[in-house]
Amino acid sequence: MIRVQNLVKSFGSFTAVNDVSFDVAEGEIFAFLGPNGAGKTTTIKMLTTLLKPTSGAIELDGLDPQKHQNETRKRFGIVFQDPSLDGDLTAWENMEIHGVLYHVPHKLRHQRSEELLKLFELWERRNDQVKKFSGGMKRRLEIARGFLHTPKILFLDEPTLGLDPQSRNQLWTHVKRVNEAERVTVFLTTHYMDEADRVAHRIGVIDHGRLVAQGTPKEIKEHTGTETLEEAFLALTGSTIRDESAGSADQLRQFAKMWTGSRR
Amino acid sequence: MRAIYILWLRELKRYVRSRAQIAASLGQPMLYLLVLGFGLGPVFQRAGDGSYFQFVAPGVIGMSVLFSSIFSGLGLLWDRQFGFLKETLVAPVPRLQIMAGKTLGGATVAMIQGLLVTVVCVIAGFRPAHLATVPIAFLFLALIAVVFAALGVAIGSSLQDMQGFQLIMNFLVLPIFFLSGALFPLKGLPKLLGYVTAADPLTYGIDGMRAVLLNLTHFGAMTDLIVLASVGSVLLVIGAHRFSKIEI
Repeated sequence: MIRVQNLVKSFGSFTAVNDVSFDVAEGEIFAFLGPNGAGKTTTIKMLTTLLKPTSGAIELDGLDPQKHQNETRKRFGIVFQDPSLDGDLTAWENMEIHGVLYHVPHKLRHQRSEELLKLFELWERRNDQVKKFSGGMKRRLEIARGFLHTPKILFLDEPTLGLDPQSRNQLWTHVKRVNEAERVTVFLTTHYMDEADRVAHRIGVIDHGRLVAQGTPKEIKEHTGTETLEEAFLALTGSTIRDESAGSADQLRQFAKMWTGSRR
Repeated sequence: MRAIYILWLRELKRYVRSRAQIAASLGQPMLYLLVLGFGLGPVFQRAGDGSYFQFVAPGVIGMSVLFSSIFSGLGLLWDRQFGFLKETLVAPVPRLQIMAGKTLGGATVAMIQGLLVTVVCVIAGFRPAHLATVPIAFLFLALIAVVFAALGVAIGSSLQDMQGFQLIMNFLVLPIFFLSGALFPLKGLPKLLGYVTAADPLTYGIDGMRAVLLNLTHFGAMTDLIVLASVGSVLLVIGAHRFSKIEI
């Protein structure tokens, strides 16, 4: 479903993604792990048509994201690191706009919105403004929205950041359910190793822009001779702390934190 | 077309739901209208220029449209990192349609805001010279709204952080307002000030409104119309171009 070959992305003299190759099969849940600044988000941006690769090839459901932008966009859903809901609109209205933008026919749109809102336990609150939702509810709504246009692939960029264990647990249960029911391929990034261990069928570990390990959670643990995925991750990527230089997005995030008191 | 419509509708819904903001945004125009309108009235009268309140009302209406429309575009900076905009940028919809929905929505909201201020002006005692020409004044209102919504989108698409926002406010939005002749007559200005005001698009919007509402014009309503329409077209093209270059 996703095929990446020798993917490279450089910004000036800095190489964010360096010769990365991997495959994700249909219906698979693939976790992309790496320390801060390892190249996870850059890779997702290239996979989702937002960034042009410097070199290498990407195929999403047989399509090149750069050559067939709109066709590719119809085939995936994405949940970003930062929230992308409209807080002044209701849950239902957020779903409606998404459905219209993805050309989902009227009847099907309503039917699927209802199904998904019920599945993600948001149906009772569908007419409430999203700004009144808790962090976990907003996340669930974003994921439900991502499934609305029946994508073949769902990208989740750190979807559980800032959520309590209950919400995290519930969120993954829902994602797994849709993954099994609709055979949706899921490509996710997270910093919680226990989540990746539990949810993902296969894992890729990226560090300094290079893919350093790839396989099932079990294979990776065996390969590194460690007990838990967290130990395996540290064995692969070392224990030095990575400090990303703060870009404009980080500055904005700081600002948002100041104003809203919490990240989400 | 459905995409443009739903994004336009979104801007309208957001506006209608932010009642506190609507009330707050009426405060500043009212301050200018009542304090300057009545405060400078006697001086203006003595200078032989008639009622300052009548003179300044179109200026205050233009100001509210300027602020409202330009801020809707500047909001892009925030919206693309923490808001809904990012969702629209990965949707299978051409960027041009998203920009059109956003700009038209912002311009419509600014027009409604302008109408509200007009109502406030009329309640406070503003009287147009002829009722028949009032609809043409709304045409000028709409043109001001489109010109500055497009400018806002062009700038909002290019900004990288919140510091830039302050710069734009102090070195662009406020000068556009103060140099537009909203508060003072354009005739007999010092040469340099005359040139600068003539380079400000808002000048033509307010002059146009005065032409049709008060029979008082510096450039002539036709010139105003042509200048506004051409500046608007150019800014729409620039806005669309800048918007297509947004990276998230």
